[in-house]
Amino acid sequence: MSVEAHEIIPMPQPDPHGRQESIPEAAKRKLSSPWATGLVILITVLWTIPTFGLLVTSLRPSEQAQNTGWWTIITDPTLTLDNYSQVISGGSVIPNGIAPYFFNSFAIAIPAAIFPLVIACMAAYAIAWIPFRGSTFVFFTIFALQVIPLQMSLLPLLTMFNKGWSLGPIPIFPDLNKPGTEQSIFIGTYVPLWIAHTMFALPLAIFLLHNFINQLPRELFEAARVDGASHFLIFRKLVLPLTVPAIASFAIFQFLWVWNDLLVALTFAGGTPDVAPITAYLANIKGSYGAQIHLITAGAFVAIVVPLIVFFSLQRFFVRGLLAGSVKG
Amino acid sequence: MTATMRRRGAVLLVGGVAATMLLAACGSSSTTSESSAAPAESSAAPSEAASEAPSSEAAVPAGCEAYAAYTGSEGTSVTLFTSVLPPEQQRYEDAWKPFEDCTGIDIVYEGSDQFEAQLPTRIAGGNAPDLAWIPQPGLLAKLVQAGGPVPAPQGVSDNVDQYYNPAWKAYGTVDGTFYAAPNSSNMKSFVWYSPKVFAEKGYTVPTTWDEMFALSDQMVADGIKPWCGGIESGGATGWPATDWIEQIVLRQFGGDVYDQWVAHTVLFDSPEITAAMDTLAGWMKNGDYVNGGFGNVQTIATTAFQDAGSPILDAECGMLQQASFYAAQWESFKPGAVVAEDGDVFAFFLPQISDEFPNPVVGGGEFTTAFSDRPEVQAVQTYLSSAEYATARASQPGGWVSANSGVPLDTYTDAIAGLSAKYLTDPAGIFRFDASDLMPAAVGAGSFWTGMTAWFGEDAPTQEVLAEIDAAWPAS
Repeated sequence: MSVEAHEIIPMPQPDPHGRQESIPEAAKRKLSSPWATGLVILITVLWTIPTFGLLVTSLRPSEQAQNTGWWTIITDPTLTLDNYSQVISGGSVIPNGIAPYFFNSFAIAIPAAIFPLVIACMAAYAIAWIPFRGSTFVFFTIFALQVIPLQMSLLPLLTMFNKGWSLGPIPIFPDLNKPGTEQSIFIGTYVPLWIAHTMFALPLAIFLLHNFINQLPRELFEAARVDGASHFLIFRKLVLPLTVPAIASFAIFQFLWVWNDLLVALTFAGGTPDVAPITAYLANIKGSYGAQIHLITAGAFVAIVVPLIVFFSLQRFFVRGLLAGSVKG
Repeated sequence: MTATMRRRGAVLLVGGVAATMLLAACGSSSTTSESSAAPAESSAAPSEAASEAPSSEAAVPAGCEAYAAYTGSEGTSVTLFTSVLPPEQQRYEDAWKPFEDCTGIDIVYEGSDQFEAQLPTRIAGGNAPDLAWIPQPGLLAKLVQAGGPVPAPQGVSDNVDQYYNPAWKAYGTVDGTFYAAPNSSNMKSFVWYSPKVFAEKGYTVPTTWDEMFALSDQMVADGIKPWCGGIESGGATGWPATDWIEQIVLRQFGGDVYDQWVAHTVLFDSPEITAAMDTLAGWMKNGDYVNGGFGNVQTIATTAFQDAGSPILDAECGMLQQASFYAAQWESFKPGAVVAEDGDVFAFFLPQISDEFPNPVVGGGEFTTAFSDRPEVQAVQTYLSSAEYATARASQPGGWVSANSGVPLDTYTDAIAGLSAKYLTDPAGIFRFDASDLMPAAVGAGSFWTGMTAWFGEDAPTQEVLAEIDAAWPAS
C-alpha cells in the first residue's frame, strides 16, 4: 500500500472497441452535422447582435446616438473615441472618470473571491475526509442555506455591521465605533463588502468543492495516512493541487459575480467614489435626465474588459471544474 | 470664471509652497519661512493654503467673511445623499466650493437613482447619511415616525423664517418639530403659450382669470382652439389633471380650505371641491376650448402629457397649463426652440380667481434633512438654508429655482427659473405644496389619478368620481 501518490491517479478509461457506438461518439456525430453547425452559428449571431449594437453605440457621437438607431451606421459611418475618453478621464457630464471606481472594483472583487475560497476549501476537505459525528448534517445544512435569498439578509447584516449583534448578553459581533463618534468603523470601507460577499458565496463554494474533493480516490488518503501525513499536510500536498480545476472555476465564478454586483455594493458601501464599484458608476452615469446612452455603453465596455480577460484566460478550468464538481455529487 | 480663479489660487499656492521649501532649503529658520508663506496665503483665497500652513488663527482668510459663522469644524466631512445625478451634481459642488474651502468641511456628495429605496434601508441599518434631500413632506413624516431625522438647529429655523414663505416651514415640520428647510423648488402654476402667435394675433398676456377666458373666447372666434392638455403618463396617468384641480381649489377657496382638503376634513365630495370641478368643467372639459391639435375632450385622457404642448408651436392650440419643468420639453418638438419672452414659447402665471387669495402658487420642492447633530452637519445644514448658498447655486447654469427670497431675481441664468422664483418668493403670495403629493398614496397616487382620468376619458359624472376618490381614503 505504500505506493507513491502520483501513481494511483486514475487513468482514463480505455476506448471501447465494441461494434456499437458509444454515447459520446453518437453525440459528437450528431452535433457536428452541418445542420447543427449552421444552427449554432445562427444562434451565436443572434445572441451577439445586441452586444454588437451596444459596441457601435459606444463609438458614435452623442448627438447621433441620442437621435438615431445604431444600424444607421451603415449609411452614416461616423465613429469617435470621444465617449471613451469622457468615461476614462471625465467630461462635462461626469466630473470624475471611471478610474477610482475601477480600482474599487478590484479592491472589492479580489479579496471577496479569495476569502470564501480559502474557507470553503478547508471546510470542504473537513466535511469530506475528516470523519466526525454529524458531518452529513453539517453538509446538508450548509447546502440548504443556499435557498435563503441574499436580499432578505441585507438589512440584518447592515444592522450587524453598524450596531453590532449579540445573542442575549453574549456579543457575537461587537459594535465597533470610530473613537469619539457614533459612526461604525466599517462605514466607508470595503470590509463589510468582503464579509458580506464571503458569507453569500460560502454555501455554493463549499457544496461545489466538497463534491469535487469527495471524488478523489480513497486510496490516496489511506496511503498518505499510512505514511504518517497529518490532515494539514494531506490538504496542502494532495488536495489542493488536485482541486485546482474546481478552485479556478469557482474563483472565476465568484470574481465575475462580485464584479457585476450592484445591490450588495450599494447597500454596504454606498455610492461615493471612495468605495463604490464600477457598477455604481455605470448606474449613475445616465445622469439626472436619463439620456447619456453613448456614455453608458462606453462605460459598460470599459467595465467588461476585466471579466472578459478573466474568463478567456481561465475558461478551460471553468467548464471542466463546474462539471467535475457537480455532476457526480 | 470660477475655474480661472481656482487655477490662479492653485498657482499662488504652488508658489507659496515653493517659496517655503526654497527658504527652508537655504537653511533659514522655520519662523522666516512661515512669515514668508503668510502673504502668499492671504492673497490666495482658498483655504488649502491655510491647511497646508496653519499659521494664523486670528484672521479669517480673505473672501471667507461670509462663512465665519460656520467655522470650527476644519478637517471634517459631511455626507449628503440625494437622488440628483450628474450633470446637476457638478453644479451643486461648484456652488458650495467656496464654503468647503473656507470652513474646511468636506461635503461628500452621493447621488443614487435608487434613492427612495436605499434611504430607509440605510437608516434602518444604522448607516444613515448625515444629510439627505427628501422630495416629499410625506416621506419626511414617515421617516420621523420610524426614527432617524434630527430636528433642525436654530440657524436653519431662523433662515427659513427670514427667507421663506411661512408655508415652507410647515411642510418641513412634523408633529410640531421643525426638521428641514427646502433646497430647490419647482413651480406648477404656469400657462405655456407662443409669444410669436400672441404677437401675430395681437393677444396680450392675461393677468386675471376673466381676461384669460376673454382671451380664450377670442381665440375661438379666430379659429384657434385655446387650450390643449394631456394627462396620460403610464402608471401615473391622471396627475396633470389633479394639478388643475389643485390650482382651482387654491384660487377659488384659498389656503385654509386647501389644507383642510389635504387633511380630509374637507372631503372631495364637498360643495367646495364640487364647485372647483365645475370650474374645471367650464375650462378644460369645455368642447369649444379643447383639445387643440388633438381632437375632442376625451383625447385629454389619451394624450401623453409630454406631447400635450406640441400644437402650441404650430398655432393649433393657444395655451397649456403645465409646471415649470415643462421647459425642457420644447426642444424635443422643435430642435433649437427658444424659451423666452420673445422666443418660440414662454409661460405666464396662471392668474388668480379672486382678490381675496392673491398670487396663489402650487409647487413642490425637496427638503434638506439631517440624521446627525454633529456640529459640522449643523453647519452645512444651516449653510444650505442660507441666501448665500441659494444665490451661489442659482447663478450656476441650468434651470434651478429656490423659494429663498434672499436670492436677487437677476441671479437666475434661466428665464423660466427667474419667473418661477418671482412668484415663489412673493411675500403676499399663497404657496401650497402639490396636494396629491401630500395625500395618502392610496388617494394621491391612486384614486385621485384614476378618478380624474375617468372624468375626462369616460365622462364619468362629477359626484360619482368624487365619492369614489373619498371611498379610497385610508380609514385611520
